[in-house]
Amino acid sequence: MTFQYFVPHPYSKAFLELMTRWDRIIAGFAVFIGVYSLFHLHWTRIRRKAAGWGYSIFVFLGAFITIAFGLYNGGEAFWHDKKEGTMFDWLFLYIQVPAGATIFSILAFFMASAAYRTFRARTVESTVLLLAAIIVMLGRVPVGALISQYIPLAADWIMGVPNMAAKRGILLGVSLGAIATSIKIILGVERQYLGGGD
Amino acid sequence: MQRLLNIDRRIIFAAVGLAVIASLIIKFSLPVPASPPVQRIYDKIESLPVGAHLLISFDYDPSSKEELQPMALALLHHSFRKGLKVIGMTHNPSGTGLAEQAMNSVASLYQKKYKEDYVFLGYKPGGASLIMNMGEDIHTAFLKDFYGNDTTMLPALEGVESLKDIDYLIDLAAGVTIETWIAFGKEKYQFEMGAGCTAVIGPDMYPYLDSRQINGLMAGLKGAAEYETLAECKAQAFKGMLPQSVTHCLVVLFVLFGNVVFFISGGFRSKRRQSR
Repeated sequence: MTFQYFVPHPYSKAFLELMTRWDRIIAGFAVFIGVYSLFHLHWTRIRRKAAGWGYSIFVFLGAFITIAFGLYNGGEAFWHDKKEGTMFDWLFLYIQVPAGATIFSILAFFMASAAYRTFRARTVESTVLLLAAIIVMLGRVPVGALISQYIPLAADWIMGVPNMAAKRGILLGVSLGAIATSIKIILGVERQYLGGGD
Repeated sequence: MQRLLNIDRRIIFAAVGLAVIASLIIKFSLPVPASPPVQRIYDKIESLPVGAHLLISFDYDPSSKEELQPMALALLHHSFRKGLKVIGMTHNPSGTGLAEQAMNSVASLYQKKYKEDYVFLGYKPGGASLIMNMGEDIHTAFLKDFYGNDTTMLPALEGVESLKDIDYLIDLAAGVTIETWIAFGKEKYQFEMGAGCTAVIGPDMYPYLDSRQINGLMAGLKGAAEYETLAECKAQAFKGMLPQSVTHCLVVLFVLFGNVVFFISGGFRSKRRQSR
């Protein structure tokens, strides 16, 4: 694929298309491994009566009910094209969507509590972090501009200069690390992913 | 003082809850001016001719819906009003329902017809390899659309053989797909790209914005509200600016209060002594 990236010959293009198709077929099968892994984990928790094992029952209930309605496909079976307005759609719209939104909204409460407890001006560094957080928090909502026109500008500067510099550094570090690890895997130096000891 | 520093978190939860409810009951308006990265996405779509192809990748699921679905709706309002051909797809299996709902609901407002004015290709696994496949041939990457129609027979895809034929692509992402689109799509197949993301991953996108790998960025609910204002379709995100503003102010007040109590209690001096 790396070779193809630099050689746009029809043969290499055809080969890339073939390879990407195979990759997507393999990726499709990965879902079965994911489902097996999830069910195995929660079945073990139920069997061992581990803390909170009752929640694992809901994993099976949710999964089986959704899979059953997905396969039923409004009475037309799953091998036909997806029917609209089925129970499967209802489960998605009225259970998964509100549940996801609820979990997301709960974050605001925990973030408020965590910010109160952790944002303390204990050192010079933490004071700088505290000030930056306050400016960005106010600058990222319209009320910041009402307090002062400079708050959104300062927030944009923090995001566009110090934040970006740090992110770029992290990005470069992570990318170089990924390249180094990939080369080690390709050359057989790194074999831990196979489950070996070294 | 120590009791104030270790205030019961349920009191904070109650204060946040009350602030959100109050901001929803008491109606007041806040100006939402567009930031330059959001303005650039709007300007790009505004500059596209009628019939140009816009690809929107709905790469999010219900857990990020509150931030990204308003962006999708505002973009669709603008695109359909401009007469663009909209192509939808997703890298997220849970994103199909949201994408389908957004496209069909906005299209019906502008009397746009499926297959002719817009198509939804649905979900395919693969991530990077799917993008590469689309870059070579979009019809082999998606043999059929979400509803089982042959993609070579769809009028909305006329003139689109690969990603090179896309006039503008916007990735609405709650994960790493923006980087994937840039690395495996935009850089190789040379198309213009913008992005929308959750506020959490917004800071990670600034290097790409600065290098012009994405021409614009909508980050979080504020990004969506800015786009709604520009596209003159103020809705959910714009309304959401009130509770979000009030909650941010409340958190800032909590933080300031906590620090005042911390200083009065002498915590700062004792911590400084400890660090020496």
